[in-house]
Amino acid sequence: MRTGEHAWEGFEGGSWTSAVYVGSFIRHNYTPYDGDDAFLTPPTHNTKVLWDKVMELTRQEREAGGVLDMDTDVVSTIVSHAPGYLDREREVIVGFQTDKPFKRSLQPYGGIRMAQKACEENGYTVDKTIADVFTHHRKTHNAGVFDAYTPEMRACRSAHIITGLPDAYGRGRIIGDYRRVALYGVDRLIEDKEEQKRHTGGVMTEEIIRLREELSEQIRALKMLKSMAERYGFDISHPANDTKEAIQWLYFGYLAAIKEQNGAAMSLGRTSTFLDIYSERDLARGRYTEQEIQEMVDQFIMKLRMVKFARTPEYEALFSGDPQWVTESIGGVGLDGRHMVTKMSFRFLHTLNNLGPAPEPNLTVLWSTRLPTAFKRYCAKMSIETSSVQYENDDIMRRTHGDDYAIACCVSSMRVGKEMQFFGARANLAKCLLYAINGGVDEISGKQIGPAYRPITSDVLEFDEVMERYDAMMAWLANVYVNTLNVIHYMHDKYCYERLQMALHDREVTRWFATGIAGLSVVADSLSAIKYAKVRVIRNEDGLAVDYAVEGAFPTFGNDDDRVDELARDVVHRFMEHIRANPTYRNSIPTTSILTITSNVVYGKATGSTPDGRRRGEAFAPGANPMHHRDTHGAVASLASVAKLPFMDAQDGISNTFSIIPGALGKEDRILLGEPDVDFGAGQGACCIPNLMQGLDGDDA
Amino acid sequence: MTGYIHSIESFGTVDGPGVRFVVFFQGCPLRCAYCHNPDTWERRGTPVTVEELLARFEKNRAFYSGGGLTATGGEPLMQLEFLTMLFECAKERGIHTCLDTSGALFRENKAYERLADATDLVLLDIKHMDPAAHCRLTGVDNERILEFARYLDRRHIPLWIRHVVVPGITDDDASLTALGRFTATLSSVQAVELLPYHTLGESKYESMHIPYPLQGVPPLSETAFARAKSVLQRAMQE
Repeated sequence: MRTGEHAWEGFEGGSWTSAVYVGSFIRHNYTPYDGDDAFLTPPTHNTKVLWDKVMELTRQEREAGGVLDMDTDVVSTIVSHAPGYLDREREVIVGFQTDKPFKRSLQPYGGIRMAQKACEENGYTVDKTIADVFTHHRKTHNAGVFDAYTPEMRACRSAHIITGLPDAYGRGRIIGDYRRVALYGVDRLIEDKEEQKRHTGGVMTEEIIRLREELSEQIRALKMLKSMAERYGFDISHPANDTKEAIQWLYFGYLAAIKEQNGAAMSLGRTSTFLDIYSERDLARGRYTEQEIQEMVDQFIMKLRMVKFARTPEYEALFSGDPQWVTESIGGVGLDGRHMVTKMSFRFLHTLNNLGPAPEPNLTVLWSTRLPTAFKRYCAKMSIETSSVQYENDDIMRRTHGDDYAIACCVSSMRVGKEMQFFGARANLAKCLLYAINGGVDEISGKQIGPAYRPITSDVLEFDEVMERYDAMMAWLANVYVNTLNVIHYMHDKYCYERLQMALHDREVTRWFATGIAGLSVVADSLSAIKYAKVRVIRNEDGLAVDYAVEGAFPTFGNDDDRVDELARDVVHRFMEHIRANPTYRNSIPTTSILTITSNVVYGKATGSTPDGRRRGEAFAPGANPMHHRDTHGAVASLASVAKLPFMDAQDGISNTFSIIPGALGKEDRILLGEPDVDFGAGQGACCIPNLMQGLDGDDA
Repeated sequence: MTGYIHSIESFGTVDGPGVRFVVFFQGCPLRCAYCHNPDTWERRGTPVTVEELLARFEKNRAFYSGGGLTATGGEPLMQLEFLTMLFECAKERGIHTCLDTSGALFRENKAYERLADATDLVLLDIKHMDPAAHCRLTGVDNERILEFARYLDRRHIPLWIRHVVVPGITDDDASLTALGRFTATLSSVQAVELLPYHTLGESKYESMHIPYPLQGVPPLSETAFARAKSVLQRAMQE
């Protein structure tokens, strides 16, 4: 085995040299960049040719009805496929999930029926033997879950009071620290895992047995990773020597993960500033030019844009399309006070120019008021040009997650390689309110789903009574929800374990138990209507409350009105307290999220009329958004309402989605007097033009 | 002290620089043919105090770090005392103040001096340079408006001139040239905003059961707008 001495030449040492600890490596070696985007280079000829081929394949795929090719007789593993290329001579970064681009792999471990369905819907049939093996001989995650589900869990699932559960598909949300492959090489990582395994033993409790089995799987996966890279002609047993190797090694790590996991979100982590350390060293020693480095980045991003999974139409309905959530977190501020923007942060965003805008990979800027002004301006510019940049609040997340966390999916933050998440879909809190009113009877099916608590029988809803019943019903829902997730994650670990991703984690990981809430603004407005207006119950012939008549005005969520915003805050806190009251699988720490960014339509469809005046079947607002047309005081008021929700109770993320047409952000038709580059703002504080650059600089004062 | 407002926009981005807290004042002495806020004409509306408004601003102050507060309407000058109080208190708290006005109520006196002292930027809407045409378009002539522009210029208050270009009414070369020349005489003008006439306000008239004065006038085309811009620019550079 080669040591890292040569590959690490010129790097400043630290605790990262003796232990696997990428965060320490970054802290000791990265170079913050305060400059602007002038250094960036356009795509190379090879990149352009490759991208044209991708666009052509995309066109063919679209014409073929959404899928170009699928595996039906090879079960995907890290080493199941021969190397695949787009155009071998022109690719500086290589590797595909199968033996050719745009061919979707077969991943039956999550559930064979889902895999079969995904094939059938696209005109393919899974090989008989494979179907037989995974139906009768090799149990899947999905089969395991349904063996353990209780009748109550099944009922909640069919009634859609708990929806989107990862019980038939991969849970995703786990980010391997793919940077470790580049920094340490695979041999060192295997050695580290062997060492961890040696230190487990003593009494063979279930916990220790499981750990030893998992560590063995992790080591096996790392060895497979090495051999996968070998088939592409790379020896990744040793650390990466330069930028190109670092990107390639890192990508191989990610590739191995997506060969074995078709998860609901397969995020990349926080790689740009890590890679910048290599490119700074290469630029300094003249190994690569800026153009060559940008080419590697462009082609790396191109590969990430070509990640494909076999999925069913139902899945796509739930997630509004076929997202992979290859999220990459960029920027942020270090705990030592230095911002973490580097030239590589610019290069990653620049791919949106070089390859054109795209939703994947999901480039997410960890925004802080302390980011350098030139970078803020560049982000604003890229957002205007491409509408493809996501922003998240680093100033809030840094407090709980430090400076080496990344975003999984859209908003779930976790320390890379040190924390993982059990993804847990959503509980429908609006439906739960209706159950509270109807004593656990489903307002649509008329079936008794929840516990048969006393229904509310009065004609006019009385706030204190509703709140008391609602609290009890939330306690029930939280209990069945947590239990259901416990079953799911137990089985996923058992039958669909993320061995490669977990091999790129520490031995002792913090596990987040992620729950979620749907319909928050519906609940807040409903409670507000009950409290501040008069809500009459309309019952059907069976005495079931199926509709509500609201008399009078009431404050609605999204207008920065404390009367109703407080109700929303209270509901989140109560529900989270009920969640916390239940034991969780592997002692994971409960969190919740309020971020149904796309599935709000599906949840709304399954929910009856609510006391806020929303009709049966009408979509919920996404995430923590105010209900449509009820926020009448503009975006700041809407954001202010949402900002009152307690982050400590919803650490997995809160979203408020809205679009702004460019014209609403300022006018372009203004005639400026004098020279166009005259700064009218000089000495006058806020008074300068144009609008879009405003608000960016104020923080630096 | 109490003022009467129509509404508040917490995320204003088109009435002054940056993200702004925009207060729509109730009541207007003008009856511009193309007014798209006829619901702000009458002087009624929601009573509100300076403290209430500023408390709402302060609550979300972080959003307005590069922007500030804009008073528009309606015509804010109809509630001069309240407006002045609002701006003075805002200035005390370091808030950037911007007044969006027609200037039609201006008189050179102590009250306006106080207002000007508390104003960081004025968006002055000049509807027409010709007094008679101005009167036909808005119901009053433009004498005080132009006077207000000169007054602000003397006081070195930053000024953005706004002007709506309406087909057949203000889009002729003579009107635009006159506006350009006048603008060029004001050294405190920082920008000129030409606003192409649109018909989006029409539905409000329908719902309020008032006849729409510019019935049948089409929205300004893009080419006509570009032309208007160049005519104005040329006149400004003469």
